[in-house]
Amino acid sequence: MSGLASVVTQCRVVITCGSGGVGKTTTAAAIGLAAARHTPSRVLVVTIDPAKRLADALGLAGGVGNVETRVALDDAKGELWVAMLDTSASWDDLIHRHAADAATATQILANPLYRNITQRFVQSHDYIAMERLYDLHADGRFDLIVIDTPPSRHALDFLDAPERMADFFSSSLLKWITLPYRTFGPRAGRLGYLAARPFYQVADRTLGSQFLQDIAEFFLLFQGMYSGFVGRANAVASLLHDPSTTFVVVSSPEPSPLHEAEFFMRELSTRRLQLGGLVLNRVLPDLFENQSARDEARQLSRGIGTSTDERVAIEIGESFLRFAALADRQRAEIRRLARTSEVTVTVPLLNHDVADLAGVAAIGEQLWTGADPVTVDAEPPPVRRTAKPRTAKR
Amino acid sequence: MAMDPEESLKEYLRINLRIPLVTKISALSSAFDFLANAAPGVREIVTIGKVAFEVRERHYDLVVVDATATGHIIGQLRAPQAINELVGAGLIRSQTAWILDILGDPERTGVVVVTTPEAMPVNESIDLLEKLRTQTNVDVAAVVANRVLPEPSTRKGAFEKVISGPATFARRLSDPSIADVLLEGARLASDLRRAADEHLSELFDDVGTNHPSAQTALVPLLFDAEPGMETTRMVAEYLQSELDL
Repeated sequence: MSGLASVVTQCRVVITCGSGGVGKTTTAAAIGLAAARHTPSRVLVVTIDPAKRLADALGLAGGVGNVETRVALDDAKGELWVAMLDTSASWDDLIHRHAADAATATQILANPLYRNITQRFVQSHDYIAMERLYDLHADGRFDLIVIDTPPSRHALDFLDAPERMADFFSSSLLKWITLPYRTFGPRAGRLGYLAARPFYQVADRTLGSQFLQDIAEFFLLFQGMYSGFVGRANAVASLLHDPSTTFVVVSSPEPSPLHEAEFFMRELSTRRLQLGGLVLNRVLPDLFENQSARDEARQLSRGIGTSTDERVAIEIGESFLRFAALADRQRAEIRRLARTSEVTVTVPLLNHDVADLAGVAAIGEQLWTGADPVTVDAEPPPVRRTAKPRTAKR
Repeated sequence: MAMDPEESLKEYLRINLRIPLVTKISALSSAFDFLANAAPGVREIVTIGKVAFEVRERHYDLVVVDATATGHIIGQLRAPQAINELVGAGLIRSQTAWILDILGDPERTGVVVVTTPEAMPVNESIDLLEKLRTQTNVDVAAVVANRVLPEPSTRKGAFEKVISGPATFARRLSDPSIADVLLEGARLASDLRRAADEHLSELFDDVGTNHPSAQTALVPLLFDAEPGMETTRMVAEYLQSELDL
């Protein structure tokens, strides 16, 4: 089998990743839908920020937040559930879970620094996506979780997020900052304690002592949650490395997303994370490969246009040749990239947006089986899909 | 130059604090690590601060920044304001005022929003424009749509007429059985153009209403362009003909 079926059926977590605007969210939804149709499992798709039409198609238009919603399917062996990732609600949940008591939680939630960190700074989104994945995985309600990752120039940020968070909370530096306040309370600055330390000299001149004190107070509140956070971050890291977790890299055939996808696949292998497959969306259909059509198009393009119809014919020829050249470049790139992945599936460029569940299902079928129904050419080119024999992982 | 937040932070500390970052002093180097990687907003402020610094020092007449992904740019542009709200005093606070001046001055700073004529990128751009409007005081200088399929030069509708009469078209070919393939290719191109038109008019309507002073430009899809100087020059020519630079 050359599609993603063989990969997905062996997994409990599928993470789709790639640069923005390549159809990552649609791919995640399509994989989830296909899995729910073909296997008797409860499947959850977690998306970050679905485009409006896709959200409509999945019944997410109202913005369901962190609550999982079931999608009604006619001919499915399993169930499909969808949820969106609400960063700020997820952070609040996390605080409630880790805080020593309700009063501490309330204090933290009211802290301006907390609001700033969780809402304004990008890394917090990356972290919360992984945190929520772990949560959903641990509660065992779903057999398969397909999670979309935040679009990011550095698509790997989310992989580092849990570890960075753990480093942050366990850093001796944080203990330094909070130490004087833990010992002397807010008067620490005035007691001259801080001034004696080179670190505080740097920090104070850079950030100001008021801000330092704000940070210290904030982290004093967080103190009781250190071990909870660090423990969770480590658990998330081991979930990502678990053999039942797989990554699906998504790209469109343009140079820049492909470059990103290539980098991502290399990084996955460096980090010993499992690459389940490469999905290439919006690939020009096979018809542009047709050699006879290219010959005819060349003939047309050399015509002399006197009437409107003749000029249109010339343009049809020229347009076909341009697309054919583009198709050649795409195939060459795909062929090169497909060597890195055991499973490579292409989804042809559609002449419309995916607007309903049937559209998502059609893409899901292509991803699942690796089949590509948009085939006009009698002889499909060899690069259509590439499947190397799977090495035994388990 | 390529942006490196850590290098920028080192440069900043060297210039402003006159601190030689001797990594042997572990307290300083761990303070640096904390600042560079964990302190909230430091990455963002250092990135945008470095850009503003190049402008302030007049090292160049024009500084063009290829910004990070859409989701990150608002965080970076907002960083000076966020820091101002968070930090009561200190060097960093006094350093944000001039950055805000440069960013908020339409004579000196303008954002160019670049998109492709597809649903997702256009929605993202409309969303970005709204955030720029409501969360920052940075001016939108232009909105550029890239990779736009060229329109046929023939009269509107002529293309569609030929497509809908395959028998007539087939007679032009030495092998009429190929007509279907060619017409399917033409139909795909035509459908893509129509979809792109819809997305672009949605975008430009929004720009016209909410950012009337922003310029707009189309750059066609360059089918046979390889990335490189030649392509860059072609794109520059298109932009020059469309924008008042």
